[in-house]
Order: sequence, then C-alpha cells, then structure tokens
Amino acid sequence: MSGSGEKTLNLTLKVWRQKNGNTKGNLETHKVSGISTDMSFLEMFDVLNEKLINEGKEPIAFDHDCREGICGMCSMYINGRPHGPKQGVTTCQLHMRSFKDGDTITVEPWRSVAFPVIKDLAVDRSAFDRIIASGGFVSVNTGNAKDANNILIPKDDADDAFNAAACIGCGACVAACKNGSAMLFVSAKVSQLALLPQGLPEAKSRVLNMVGQMDEEGFGNCTNTGACEAECPKGISLENIARMNREYLKSSLTYVKK
Amino acid sequence: MSKENFSKSTIGKKIIMGLTGLFLISFLVIHVTLNSFIFFNDGGVSFNAGADFMAHNPIIRILEIGLFLGLLAHIYMALVLTLKNNKARPVKYAVTNGNANSKWYSRSMGILGSLLLLFLVVHLSNFWVPTKVAVFAHETHDTFAGMKEVFSKWYFVAIYMVGVISLCYHLLHGFKSAFQSLGINHKKYTPIIAFVGNAFSIVVCALFAAMPLTMFFGLIK
Repeated sequence: MSGSGEKTLNLTLKVWRQKNGNTKGNLETHKVSGISTDMSFLEMFDVLNEKLINEGKEPIAFDHDCREGICGMCSMYINGRPHGPKQGVTTCQLHMRSFKDGDTITVEPWRSVAFPVIKDLAVDRSAFDRIIASGGFVSVNTGNAKDANNILIPKDDADDAFNAAACIGCGACVAACKNGSAMLFVSAKVSQLALLPQGLPEAKSRVLNMVGQMDEEGFGNCTNTGACEAECPKGISLENIARMNREYLKSSLTYVKK
Repeated sequence: MSKENFSKSTIGKKIIMGLTGLFLISFLVIHVTLNSFIFFNDGGVSFNAGADFMAHNPIIRILEIGLFLGLLAHIYMALVLTLKNNKARPVKYAVTNGNANSKWYSRSMGILGSLLLLFLVVHLSNFWVPTKVAVFAHETHDTFAGMKEVFSKWYFVAIYMVGVISLCYHLLHGFKSAFQSLGINHKKYTPIIAFVGNAFSIVVCALFAAMPLTMFFGLIK
C-alpha cells in the first residue's frame, strides 16, 4: 500500500437510511475522515460502519459479496449514477482516488418499484430471478458429454453470446434508466440463448414469457436513451435490446401456444 | 394469456411508437418539399399550385385521415408508456446525473412532443383550418398570401422557431430510436441510420426554420 501515492480524504456522506420496506426513508449525513485513496468505496463504508457500531448506532445496510467486480451484488447509486462516477466498474471496484478531499457524496439505493428497499441501501432484486425463471428450460441431451465442437458455431456468434452472458444481473441498467426499464438485463438473458443453436428449440416461448414477466414486475418502458449501456459494469450492448425486440416481434407473430 | 399480448407488452407498444413515428416522418418529407417551393421566389405561383393539389387530390385526402390517426396513435401510446414509466419509480432519486450517460433530448421526448403538439394547434389554426374553410366554400385559397400574413408577425415567427427546434431535437432521437425499437440494429447499417437521421433532422428543420425567417425579413416576395 505504501508508496502508491496514497492520500487520505475527509468526506461528507449523505446516505439513504430506511428501516424497512414499510417505512419512509431519508438522507442522513455522516462525516468520515482519514479515508485512504487506496480504499474501495465499500471499504470506506466498512470504516463508517465500524465507527457507527463503536458509537452504539445502527450500521448502514448495503449489499456486497465477492468484492472483485463479478457477482453484481453491490448496488449503490452514487452522486446520481449507479456504481458511481467511473464507467465499466461495480461499486466494489470504485476506489476513493476517484474522489477529492472535502467532497460531499450522496449514496442512494436503486430506485425501482420492482426493487423494493429491504433496508437502507439494500434492495430486493428477486424480480430478476423471476424473469430468469419465467424463461423456462433449455433442452439438452442426457448421457455422456458430447465432443466439444459437435455443434459448429461461428466465432462471432459465440462471442456475442458470451458478451451477453457477461451480465451479472446487478440492476444498474434499471437504476440508470430514467424509466426504470429492465430491457438491457432481459435482452442480455434472451440473447445469450437466442444466439446459440442450443437455445433455439424454446426461443419463441422464452422471449414472450420473459418480456411478459418483466412487464408484470412493473419495470418501465425503454426509450432508447442508452443510459443503461453507458452505466453497465459489463458493457452489455444496446444491440441486445434490438435483438430482443426482433425476437419478440417474430415470436408474437408466429408462436402458437399448444 | 396476458403474458403474450403483443399490444399490451412494452415491446409491442414501442414497435407501434416507432412505426407511427416513421410514418409521421414520411409526411415531413412531403411537407418540407412542397413548402420549399416558396424558395423559387416566384410570388408563390408554384407553391400555391402544390398547395391546391394537396387540398383537392382524393388520395391526399385519404392519407390525411391516416396522418391524423397515426398522430393520435403516437400521442396515445406516448401517454400510456409515460404513465407506466412514472409508476416504475415511485420514489425519485435525490441526486441524478443524466448527462453523464445520455443526451438531454433523448430523455426529454415527452416534453419535446408536448411542445410540438402545442405548436401543431397554432400551426393548424394558421393554415390547415383556413384551407379547409376555403375548400368547403369552393373557393381557391391563396395559401402563400396566408403564409406572408402569418409570418409578418414576430410572435408567430417566434412560436414557429420554438416548434421547429423542438421538432429537430425530437427527430434527432426519434429517427434512430424508431429503428432500434423495431429491432433494426446492425453493425453495418446502424451508423448509416444514425447519419441519415441526424442529417434529416437538421436539413428538414433548417428548411422549415428558413420559411418564416425569410418571409419575416422580406426575402421572399
């Protein structure tokens, strides 16, 4: 740590506090001092929480898990942007060197009717799980594992499917969207299967059911502002939304429920 | 089953939004082309001939009804979509920074559209209503003279400028956005669509803006 140009910061935090989903919340102001610029944003919250616990106060609830940018749990809306001011990072990968001494930082939870606040900064994102579940199964052969390249897939298609599958379901797209739309998330999940031959048998019912579930959860409508793509920590492309629109149109024209 | 209802789904509504939007754009092509006849500066002879054709041709009459229906569908869908969007975030953010991730006009389509609708009320009462009155009275209407009359007043010129600027930004986002909603996004064609959309928005609106301005400053006789 030493010799890395480390500095310390004194900051004012305005943090959303909310007891549970049934109560109204409000922004609470906290001062933190001596924060190392090498700390991650979540480590700064750990310092604050330790201070709160030592003072006999309730620590701030926030979601986190892997702290290496791959799980999608951390979900803070920092100074008007999901995961803070940097592009292509989750909150755990945001470091305090992105802030200046004396800064005031406002931290809010994801705001969406489909993501109810559990407590403070932690929201319930199980709406995403229900959308995934509504997509149903993928048919696979049982028995011995097949040879690796039995089904030939063009490299570009495999890459596009892989890039869509990089979605970690963090919900930054919903948080960033002025309409609270979940189109980027759902389109990534639809695309990762629609692009591959293994996903084709159930492709039609999958897109119809997943879009139907997305609407039922109360997410807003896409107006193609591109805010989701700009804020996505995994760089999921808007091309996926267009693909889902195509898949949906095609399927709703031709799918017959048996 | 409600889950598979096209017109009730978010994507179905957006497709209707895109299709009606592109239909309205196709009307703009005709409108701006015909109105540009004033730039021949021939005392409105060729412009009035075009306006007369538009007022009496039966095919244009049918398309006019389609145009109003398209406009109503576009407005209705916009209202339905906006109401749902407002419900999707009942508790608003204390701090937002939209400019960090998107263009202001892409986030302001509702406001721009509302301005356009208000402008349309003024615009139709300036030109469409007098034309209709003349058609029903079996008189020939001098639309060119009507234009000169309206655009001799500074406040009308100002209202038209607001209308045209709103249209320009509405189109800058709407043109590209319509293709995306229809699922047309391709590495080869999307940059072309974006270029054509931007060029279209700017050229069409510059021509529209030039009409009241040139008349107000007496450049069109």
